[in-house]
Amino acid sequence: MNIIVLVKQVPDTEAKIRIADDGNQIDEASISFIVNPYDEYAIEAALQLKEAHGGEITLVSLGPGGAIAALRTGLAMGADKAVLLKAENSRFMNSQAVAGQIGKVLADRQFDLVLCGKKAVDTDAQQIGTLLAMNLEISVISSIVELNIAGNQITAKREVEGGTETVSCQLPAVLTCEKGLNEPRYPNLRGIMMAKKKPIEEIVVDVVDSVTDFKFENPPQKAEGRIVGEGVDAVPELARLLREEAKVI
Amino acid sequence: MKYSGPDFYHITDLLTEDELLIQQTANDFVQEKFMPLIREHHQRATFPMELIPQMGELGFFGASLPEAAGGAAVSNVAYGLIMHELERGDSGLRSFASVQGGLVMYPIWKYGSDEQKQRWLPKLSAGTAIGCFGLTEPDFGSNPGGMITRAKRTDDGWVLNGAKMWITNGSIADVALVWVKDDANVVRGFLVEKGTPGFSAPEMKGKLSLRASVTSELILQDVVVPESAILPNVNGLKGPLSCLTQARYSIAWGAIGAAVDCYETALRYAKERKQFSKPIAGYQLTQAKLVDMLEEITKALLLVIQLGRLKDQGKMDYTQVSLAKRNNVHIARDIARSAREILGANGILDEYPVQRHAMNLESVYTYEGTHEMHTLIVGQKITGLNAVD
Repeated sequence: MNIIVLVKQVPDTEAKIRIADDGNQIDEASISFIVNPYDEYAIEAALQLKEAHGGEITLVSLGPGGAIAALRTGLAMGADKAVLLKAENSRFMNSQAVAGQIGKVLADRQFDLVLCGKKAVDTDAQQIGTLLAMNLEISVISSIVELNIAGNQITAKREVEGGTETVSCQLPAVLTCEKGLNEPRYPNLRGIMMAKKKPIEEIVVDVVDSVTDFKFENPPQKAEGRIVGEGVDAVPELARLLREEAKVI
Repeated sequence: MKYSGPDFYHITDLLTEDELLIQQTANDFVQEKFMPLIREHHQRATFPMELIPQMGELGFFGASLPEAAGGAAVSNVAYGLIMHELERGDSGLRSFASVQGGLVMYPIWKYGSDEQKQRWLPKLSAGTAIGCFGLTEPDFGSNPGGMITRAKRTDDGWVLNGAKMWITNGSIADVALVWVKDDANVVRGFLVEKGTPGFSAPEMKGKLSLRASVTSELILQDVVVPESAILPNVNGLKGPLSCLTQARYSIAWGAIGAAVDCYETALRYAKERKQFSKPIAGYQLTQAKLVDMLEEITKALLLVIQLGRLKDQGKMDYTQVSLAKRNNVHIARDIARSAREILGANGILDEYPVQRHAMNLESVYTYEGTHEMHTLIVGQKITGLNAVD
C-alpha cells in the first residue's frame, strides 16, 4: 500500500508566541517548531498500515525551507521518503491554495491512501484533507478515531455528538486523523540516524497570495477576577452583579 | 527545533539537526513516561523497571557506540543530550543508563570476546538484560587499586572471593562485571551471571539520595566461573578506569539536566509567587540567584559541548572529563540549593523536584570519583606532581 502523509510544521504548542514588530508574522527566532500533533497520528497510522500490509510511506509538506525538520522527524519515525513543496511565504496561502498545490503534485503520483491530521494546531482551519479529496475527486472521511482496511474497503469510526459513526468507503481516499486514533511512537535513535540518508525531494511552488490584510494581534488581557463572598451568603450579590454589571442573566 | 533548556547563548546553533531531534525524543520520553512515576518511586525507593525496555527500544543505552556494539553511532554530544534529559528527570534514571552503556556495554564491546559480545550486547542494548559494574569495595573507593577481591585460577576456570559495595543496579542485574585481582596481583574483569552459586547482591537500604535507583552490595563467596567469564582483552586498572571515563562523561552532561530543571522550576515559581507588593522575581536578591544559576548552566553546557566534540575527534583526555565532571556536578549541587531557597517552604515538598535533585546530587558529587579526586587528577595534570601516593 502506497501511503501519502501530509505533514505541517507548526510552532511548539508550549511555545510562548510573540508577534513580530511588523504585526504580520510571529517572531520565529524565539520559538521551537514541531510536527503538527494531529499529523503525528497520521504518520503513526501509516506506519501501522505499512507494518500490516507492506508498501511505502511518502511524507508531503508545504511550507518554508525550515519545514524540512518536520519531514526529518517523520522519516525518523519510519516513513520512507519525503517531498517538500517549498513556499517561503506559505502563510499568505489560504487552505484552498495549499490544497490546490498539494493536489497538483499528487495528481501525477501513484498512491492508495492519503492521511493527514484533522487540522493544524496553528491555523485551526480543518480544511486541507477535505479540499484535497475534492481536488483529487476521491472519498474523504474526516476526524477518524478508528481505522480498518481490508482489501479495498476502508472502515473508519469518527466521533459525533453523543456517539460514534462508522463510515466506509473504497481506496483511494483521504482520511483525516483525530486524537485517540493511536499513540504516536517516538522516533528512536536508529530511526533518527537512518533518516539522514532518506531522500527529500524539493519542489518550489508558486505562492499565490490568497490572504490579504494579514495581521496578528494578541488576545485582550484577561481582567483580574473578583471574589464577591463565600458560600450561600454570596449568591444574592453574585446574581445582582451578573444581572446588572455583566448583563448575562 | 531548539535546545530544550535556557538558551541564553544560542547554544542551539552549536547542535546539529539530529542532535536536537534526539534531545527532543529523550525529553518527550522523560516528560511523558517518567515524570508521572518519579514521585512515587522516590517515596518507595524503587526503580521504574518497566521503562528499561522502552529506553532500549529508543536506543538510549550505549547510544554513541557503533551499531556492532548495540549502539546507534550517534555523536557524543547527542549521547550527552540524552543524559541531560534523563537526569532532568532524576539522577537515578541517568545513573541507570550511564551504568548500562558506559560501564557494561562499553567494556564488553572493547575488551570482551566475540562470544561475550554476542551473548550480552544485543540484550543490554534492548534493555531486556541489565548489567552492573563492580569496582568499589567497602574499604577501597578513591583507591581502587587497593582492592582485596581475588580470583584464583583452578584447573578449569576461576574461583572468586570478596565483596563490592555501592553498586548501581546490582540487585536487578542479569550480569555483573566484577573487577578483581588475579594470582599475579593484576586487575581482571569477570562477567558473573545472576544465579551463579555463591554470588549474591543484597540491596542497600536507607539511602536519602538516589532513592529511585537500586544500589547494592555484591558478595562473592567461592564463586566458580569458567575461563570464558574473563574479559580477555584487558589487564590492569586501566580497564575499569577507561570505563569510568565514559560514565563520568555522561555525568558531566547529566548534572546540567538536573540544574536546568531546578533553574526552570525556580524561575517559574519566582515569577508567580507574590510577596509584599510584587512577585519575588522582582527582588534583587532573587534575581541575583537566578542570574547565577543561568550563568553557571550556560558555562557548563559550553564546556560539555566542546568536550563532546573532542571525544568525537578522538582528542578527549580523561583529565578534561575530570574537569567537566567536577565543575558541572558542583554547580548543579549549588543550583539545586539556591532553587530550594527561592521556593521557600514549598522547596522541601516532593510536589516540586528541587529537593529531590538536591538530595540526588549529594551522591553524584562524590560518586564516579569524588569532587576532591577529580581536583587532584587535574592538579597532577597541570603540575606534573601526584598528590596521592
